[in-house]
Amino acid sequence: MRIPCPFCGSRDAQEFVYRGDADPVRPEGEEGMFEYVYERANPAGVLREHWYHAQGCRNWLVVTRDTVTHAIEGATFARDAAS
Amino acid sequence: MTRYSFLSLVRHALGGQRGWKPAWRDAAPRDAYDVVIVGGGGHGLATAHYLAKVHGIRRVAVLEKGWIGGGNAGRNTTIIRSNYLLPGNVPFYEWSMKLWEGLERDLNYNAMVSQRGVLNLYHSDAQRDAYARRGNAMRMHGIDAELLDRDAVRGMTPFLDFDNARFPIQGGLLQRRGGTARHDAVVWGYARAASDRGVDIVQNCEVTGFLRAPDGRVTGVETTRGQIRAGKVGIAVAGNSSRVAAMAGLRLPIESHVLQAFVSEGLKPVIPGVVTFGAGHFYVSQSDKGGLVFGGDIDGYNSYAQRGNLPVVEDVCEGGMALMPMIGRVRLLRSWGGIMDMTMDGSPIIDRSPVDGLYLNAGWCYGGFKATPASGWCFAHLMATDRPHEAAAAYRLDRFRSGHLIDEKGQGAQPNLH
Repeated sequence: MRIPCPFCGSRDAQEFVYRGDADPVRPEGEEGMFEYVYERANPAGVLREHWYHAQGCRNWLVVTRDTVTHAIEGATFARDAAS
Repeated sequence: MTRYSFLSLVRHALGGQRGWKPAWRDAAPRDAYDVVIVGGGGHGLATAHYLAKVHGIRRVAVLEKGWIGGGNAGRNTTIIRSNYLLPGNVPFYEWSMKLWEGLERDLNYNAMVSQRGVLNLYHSDAQRDAYARRGNAMRMHGIDAELLDRDAVRGMTPFLDFDNARFPIQGGLLQRRGGTARHDAVVWGYARAASDRGVDIVQNCEVTGFLRAPDGRVTGVETTRGQIRAGKVGIAVAGNSSRVAAMAGLRLPIESHVLQAFVSEGLKPVIPGVVTFGAGHFYVSQSDKGGLVFGGDIDGYNSYAQRGNLPVVEDVCEGGMALMPMIGRVRLLRSWGGIMDMTMDGSPIIDRSPVDGLYLNAGWCYGGFKATPASGWCFAHLMATDRPHEAAAAYRLDRFRSGHLIDEKGQGAQPNLH
């Protein structure tokens, strides 16, 4: 599987560290922390997920990937996705 | 059901093997049952068997979207063991081991349970200490464990690379009662025993939704073969747990990941039991046909693909080569992938769900096969009595909220690392 890093271009997925679903947002306080840490939608289909390009540009990315076909729609910098 | 025995073998041999009957009934669904189990794998069928046998609940259906045993019951690497460390896990897996030991008599079916030993190798002083601790915990619970030094390991498995420059083998933790069982036979044996007690096994019947009462209670299931009403519904669908639970509006602490398994061409007997590499993720045993059956890590990212990627094939084979260089010229025959329901602490869930009438058996990560008998036993107990079985009392769904995690590997809420 190859990931289209917006900084480095198309790179092997082995260069990246996986960190899972990008949709849960860390809450300010205790309220919602359990859901943020533990509960996942876990879809069979399109998933937005965090990948860290550890052996490349060291950017955190949000990659949109289909969990059934592994087809990747695209990738953006996580900082852009967060803002 | 005609009992299988030496005499029945002789009788059918004299009759030219033409008199064998199907081992279990392929049933059509009825309108209503006391209990409906979603998922016709080992866990679902075992649950149905123990519901009928132990609790006398015989109006039971097992609904399977494909064919029974076609999911992870067919994917696994057939290892059985009870070498766990943590209090929540130890009694459960040991109860499973005890059920394995009596399984063939219980089912009147040859599941080829073979207690050929499970040997976990250690490669450093720290790892030896950790295994000594694990072995002590096991022995304090009455489970067999032996800490072997290097010479004792060499006596059992002389072909290992003891003087590997990076990972020299210092010894191992051995559970002699561990071993392997024939995965398909486990499925068929439970199906036959359950079917004989009146359980309907319904294949090609995918659950597409839940029937709900006005108060929210689950009262049955919508399927591709029509509506089926049920007093209670249990989910035992492994990698599809999140998808099925989502039909009832639940979000689970589970991610689905793909795990690969591998088998080599057939060899003469060489590997005496199950051997696991302590410095990487690689475990191997040899099937009765002679193939080396081995596996390693999950692929590392969410997947429902039921097929793995090549980097993990390479990683697993590297682990094998570091451990036993003699297999370097053995050809790989097949590899395949299955979908694991990885929980946030690496331990399973056997519990009532927040929805009345709906019960959850999920989160087996990649340790579900060895748990099959106890999972069925404890899930049947929960569904029949509405109280958790004492051996599975720690496998609560709300432990993630309350902080009572059972994290054998100490990785935290990162399912791809368990």
